[in-house]
Amino acid sequence: MEEADGKAKKAGGRLCCICNQRRAALKRPKTLEQICRECFYEVFEEEIHQVIVDNQLFRRGERIAIGASGGKDSTVLAYVLSELNRRHNYGLDLFLLSVDEGITGYRDDSLETVKRNEIQYGLPLKVVSYKDLYGWTMDEIVKMIGLKNNCTFCGVFRRQALDRGAALLKVDKVATGHNADDIAETVLLNILRGDIARLSRCTSITTGEDGPIPRCKPFKYTYEKEIVMYAYFKRLDYFSTECIYSPNAYRGFAREFIKDLERIRPRAILDIIKSGENFRISTTTKMPEQGICERCGYISSQKWCKACVLLEGLNRGLPKLGIGRSRGFNKDRKGRKENNGTSIESKQCGTLDF
Amino acid sequence: MACNGSGSGSGCQSNCYKNEEVVEAEASEWTKPAGTVTDPIANNLCIKCKLNYSISGYGGVDDGRFCADCFGSNLIGKFRFAVTSNAMISPTDKVLVAFSGGPSSRVALQFVNEMQLKAQKNYDASRDRSLPVFGVGVVFIDERSISPIPSHVIDTAIKDISLIVSNLAPPTKELHIVPIETIYSSSSNDGRDRLKKLVDAINDPTGKEDFLLHLRMLALQKIAAENGYNRLVLGSCTSRIACHVISGTAKGQGYSLSADIQYVDGRWEIPVVLPLRDCTIQEIKMFCRLDGLKTIELSNHHSGINGLVSSFVTLLQEENPSREYTIVRTAGKLIPFHFNGIPEIDDCNVPLATQRRQKRYNNLKPPESILSESFCPICNSPLNKSDILGLSNQGSCQKTTDTFFAACCSSCRFQILPRDLSSREHFYSILPQPMVARVKQGSCDNLSLLREQIQDCLLSDGEDET
Repeated sequence: MEEADGKAKKAGGRLCCICNQRRAALKRPKTLEQICRECFYEVFEEEIHQVIVDNQLFRRGERIAIGASGGKDSTVLAYVLSELNRRHNYGLDLFLLSVDEGITGYRDDSLETVKRNEIQYGLPLKVVSYKDLYGWTMDEIVKMIGLKNNCTFCGVFRRQALDRGAALLKVDKVATGHNADDIAETVLLNILRGDIARLSRCTSITTGEDGPIPRCKPFKYTYEKEIVMYAYFKRLDYFSTECIYSPNAYRGFAREFIKDLERIRPRAILDIIKSGENFRISTTTKMPEQGICERCGYISSQKWCKACVLLEGLNRGLPKLGIGRSRGFNKDRKGRKENNGTSIESKQCGTLDF
Repeated sequence: MACNGSGSGSGCQSNCYKNEEVVEAEASEWTKPAGTVTDPIANNLCIKCKLNYSISGYGGVDDGRFCADCFGSNLIGKFRFAVTSNAMISPTDKVLVAFSGGPSSRVALQFVNEMQLKAQKNYDASRDRSLPVFGVGVVFIDERSISPIPSHVIDTAIKDISLIVSNLAPPTKELHIVPIETIYSSSSNDGRDRLKKLVDAINDPTGKEDFLLHLRMLALQKIAAENGYNRLVLGSCTSRIACHVISGTAKGQGYSLSADIQYVDGRWEIPVVLPLRDCTIQEIKMFCRLDGLKTIELSNHHSGINGLVSSFVTLLQEENPSREYTIVRTAGKLIPFHFNGIPEIDDCNVPLATQRRQKRYNNLKPPESILSESFCPICNSPLNKSDILGLSNQGSCQKTTDTFFAACCSSCRFQILPRDLSSREHFYSILPQPMVARVKQGSCDNLSLLREQIQDCLLSDGEDET
């Protein structure tokens, strides 16, 4: 890094290697080319446009929800998508969709950012909250179960919350701000965990096409560093605090490794994604059969969806229920359902239909 | 014996990180039966023989459970299981062990030797002597011409290696000490210069290191072929393979990865086998220590991405003792290639048991298509469709250099081949013949070969009719 910085200083007066007119202002993280700001905006936006076109992410007239957390990725995504929608005339109806997990000191502040974005970019915002959907805030959940496994709840709940929010907005697709670093990291984690099924899915740019609402990742090939750079130069208004409950050493390990790799060879991030796309994984691997949760109507491969299982645990004061391998739980339930069926309360989400 | 394979296997399967607690719970379950009557663990006794004190320091989920003897027999058990279930060595074979002096290849040599010794005993004891004893040779590649290691260090190493090999139990093993420049057929001096220039032309440190690996394989293949060997044994262990999985992924070699990590790699003239695939480096080092096997570390330093990956994997392994297994098992679930197996043998010389085992464990289902795969001329990895498309777009009748570079995989193109055209020409001109020849066998020449056969029936010289 130091060496690279030194070089950049030496070449202080160099011209942008794309336009050859303006002075180079930055070294592009993806290619290490020295380019000017304007050219950076241009290549950054046009690359994303190309990904959208090549992969046919959107169709004219579609309603698209942008999963907006207020963080850098989703803020830049909202900005760039509304820009490209205008410039290339995609003909999309864009919305911001936020999930309020109910984390004081984190989500309340970041939601303020999203609300400002709503005005700045002129995109209608919909907020769905855990409290409304499930009757619990993350603060309450953490109070009950502690800091271990709380991310399992949050992750399962968020996934469903996004889908429910998207259903309320009647959108055709949800675009999320997952960037190239995220995907490379996921590929790596799936190798480290031995999760071949997820390994085969995690590089798809569009997922859940068989589910209620497909999701896509327009930033699949966009480097995190470039997103930060873009937000910085454009002075975009985003919220940059980490979740107060998230310090997760394991993911951090892999993250750090990706950053080290990037330092040695920027292309490595794209190479990991490429490897992930090209792994020879049998397509005949049995996939879980897609069904519908008997309780809330959400897609589920089991009798009950994961969120309902977790929620059941919370409401019965057995938060360990459904954590880890939920081996047998759904099967057990078959026998016990009759006696226990009535003791289940709360969770209003059953009223939302897909 | 029974706990060899299954012991490590079940340990790996509990390796789900969604929840640490589950793992903990299972781990405690594991130890429960031992705690019922007399607790060998509490008494530090080996859980297998319950006679000797257990030892620790060999890593993995079984660390501290076995005594030195049981640990050793477990390890050779894993080795033997890999050999027999993949039909790596049959009685009529002549195997060449690639020996660097390091712990892995030292243990590979030791175990091959023990298997040979046993085969010899069986042979001597059997009345009809129908099953011959497989032959064993050893090869050391002397890389002084391109390595920074001082010559006198290598000389000492060679002396030690000769001693190690000559001290092995009979039958005597031939030792080949071969300079790496043997890959050039010309005089050794000229070869050395060309090799030096070739390696110096590569700027990327990772690329340079990987290229050396490819050159070494060329040399090994050459020696094996020239001396009538029909198997090449490498000491690649779980740890090494786990590193290769991660670094291969980071280099964009996802498609070809499954070719490199199987027990058998038959894409070479002489099939390559990895009998230590299920043993970690910690176990191997422990075995060397216990058995007093002398090892020689000439260079253990990895640079660039390889270095980063190796420290990353070591770190992960420290955090979780079965991580390396998990990584290799994940990669093992990728679909192997048709050449990742010893072709089924219908030879009556082969014991029926071996044939049966081969049928049972050979998980290579008849591949979707045994289309003649194309291979990167540099690293010999099978090429993905998209890479091949790039090749045909180049047109079939361009300059040989261009054809060559277009035939390389994208990873080699990036990290090994020089960027600018003139140095590419030069690089191509000093490549060892076997690499250049790989393209000649490839697609472009296929067509002209076909054309040659029907030449007499063609009316015009051009190809425009098609």
